[in-house]
Amino acid sequence: MSESMTSPDVRLEEVVKEFGEMRAVDGISLEIPRGSFFALLGPSGCGKTTTLRMIGGFEEATSGRIFLGDRDVVGLPPYKRDVNTVFQSYALFPHMTIADNVAFGLQRKGIARAEVNTRVAEILELVDLAGRESRKPRQLSGGQQQRVALARAIVCNPRVLLLDEPLGALDLKLRKQMQLELKRIQHEIGITFVHVTHDQEEAMTMADTIAVMNGGRIEQLGTPADLYERPQSAFVAGFLGKSNLLAGTITGEGLVRLVDGSELRASTNGTRGPVSIGVRPEKISLSNGGVNRLAGKVKESAYIGVATEVVVTTSVGELTVFHQNVEAGGVAPAPGSQVTLSWAPEATFVVDRGDPGDRGEEHVV
Amino acid sequence: MSFLHRHKGLTPYLLLLPGIAWLAVFFLVPLGFLGYQSLESGSFESGYTFTWSFSNYWDAITTYDEQLLRSFLYAGIATILALAVSYPLVYWIAFRGGRWKNLFLILIVAPLFVTYLVRTLAWLNILADEGPVVSAFQAIGLVAEDGRLLATGIAVVAGITYNFLPFMALPLYVSLEQIDARLLEAAEDLYASKRQAFLRVTLPLSAPGIVAGTLLTFIPAAGDFINAQLLGTPRQSMVGNVIQSKFLELIDYPAAAALSFILMALILAALLVYARIVGTERLTG
Repeated sequence: MSESMTSPDVRLEEVVKEFGEMRAVDGISLEIPRGSFFALLGPSGCGKTTTLRMIGGFEEATSGRIFLGDRDVVGLPPYKRDVNTVFQSYALFPHMTIADNVAFGLQRKGIARAEVNTRVAEILELVDLAGRESRKPRQLSGGQQQRVALARAIVCNPRVLLLDEPLGALDLKLRKQMQLELKRIQHEIGITFVHVTHDQEEAMTMADTIAVMNGGRIEQLGTPADLYERPQSAFVAGFLGKSNLLAGTITGEGLVRLVDGSELRASTNGTRGPVSIGVRPEKISLSNGGVNRLAGKVKESAYIGVATEVVVTTSVGELTVFHQNVEAGGVAPAPGSQVTLSWAPEATFVVDRGDPGDRGEEHVV
Repeated sequence: MSFLHRHKGLTPYLLLLPGIAWLAVFFLVPLGFLGYQSLESGSFESGYTFTWSFSNYWDAITTYDEQLLRSFLYAGIATILALAVSYPLVYWIAFRGGRWKNLFLILIVAPLFVTYLVRTLAWLNILADEGPVVSAFQAIGLVAEDGRLLATGIAVVAGITYNFLPFMALPLYVSLEQIDARLLEAAEDLYASKRQAFLRVTLPLSAPGIVAGTLLTFIPAAGDFINAQLLGTPRQSMVGNVIQSKFLELIDYPAAAALSFILMALILAALLVYARIVGTERLTG
């Protein structure tokens, strides 16, 4: 193995997958560095699971190249790829005990029985399932089965661990717990994780890099903070958290004119022409403090605990503001009152004018 | 209704009642009568009387040991052949059949719409001395120039295999169809080749179907007499043929009854050995 330490664990080059007429993955290129926790995030049907299955070898790419380390794995069956998968349905072998399930991969690799037993015991300890070795999968709870699926995959110490919506079947509380648990385990064993999810909060909690996918393509790739603070498309702005998007036109460097003629400052990075500018609801204050200002009238306000959500009607459209309840009692302006909204230019991002229907209101933080 | 409401515990027994009554009247009573007959002595002319004649059993075993052995041999070979033929067939239907699955299943069951006798008679034509199968086998040297298939053990085993194939194929299909294809993906993901995935996952998960299919095939096949009668000669006769002729032609009821009990006992013994080998957990599903 003369492979340099810097070569990424997974590299995709212009990967395309077609199912008949349907193009599920439409030319994806990405690099996943060693030891990272990488998430493929997107709505159902965006091609994220197909991408994962191509890395695992369960689907053959129609075109493009897939590398694991320096090795081109296109055409290799799953059992010849140094990756393991945690399946959405767990896919535990129902006729085997927990210990036999976990030992399965090691035995196929031809590892000596004594070492298999040691490693199985270690890994069951790691996932907190020691003492359940001789149970059958159906005797365990959903959360425990999930951890068996994880143990069965990581015990083989693969180059990359693929996780296909592994927490989808768990209830909310258990899911939150497992998110942190997965992150802890990934940190402990240092294997590269590629995690597929449609839950933006899950992706942001766990991953250090996220690729947001839509329509078989990667919309944007970056750290959770990158994607949230500087979304590059209306889709990303809407899919990760909540955004206010306003139609406008760039009139000069750092200057955007809205439909009512008012001008706002934003970092335009040389873009020209019609755009949308966005600002996150929690970045807006109900005062005159910021450089970007809009006057409006409160339409409604709802107390939601950590903040009060205020919807304000302005001459350029409705904006949502999360007004922090810093003081006890949460004083928020009453519906009908006149307010000035202001925020900093740095909190203003510019995206292509997207279809506002893509904003994904159900993915509110 | 109010009686049942007050005695809820009775309901399961009441539900069992019709079945138990049926079994008692149409199985246990005849069985007892058969046992009674098997211990009678006498002759057709002078009539039979109950004399605790256990020698009937010994006589039956020593006289018809050859037919008993042949029954188990033919039934055993036919069961193995039926398994070997139907496993790949239903495997393909279960995993590759797609939307044609039900059509293929109907095709497997279709021969059952024709009576047993007629189906077996058809094999007389298939295996006829001038027929295509014999000619083809002669051409490739599997059968000698003056050789034949009819009236041989091969014809009888072929007939039994054919007739009981659906009883092997259907339970096998059910067990294979239930296997989640993702389990095979998981096996491959964990470094199992296709062959290993089959041996470690598919085969053990289809074991209940194999067990059910072999039982449903072997038990009736061991008592079969139609195939040996139509496709064989007295030299291929099975214990079923002996029982049939004792009962219906020779009117030797005690010997026929004793042979029936011996066959039953041997099948039960074979089942116990089988259960030991495969494990009772799989027998009971």
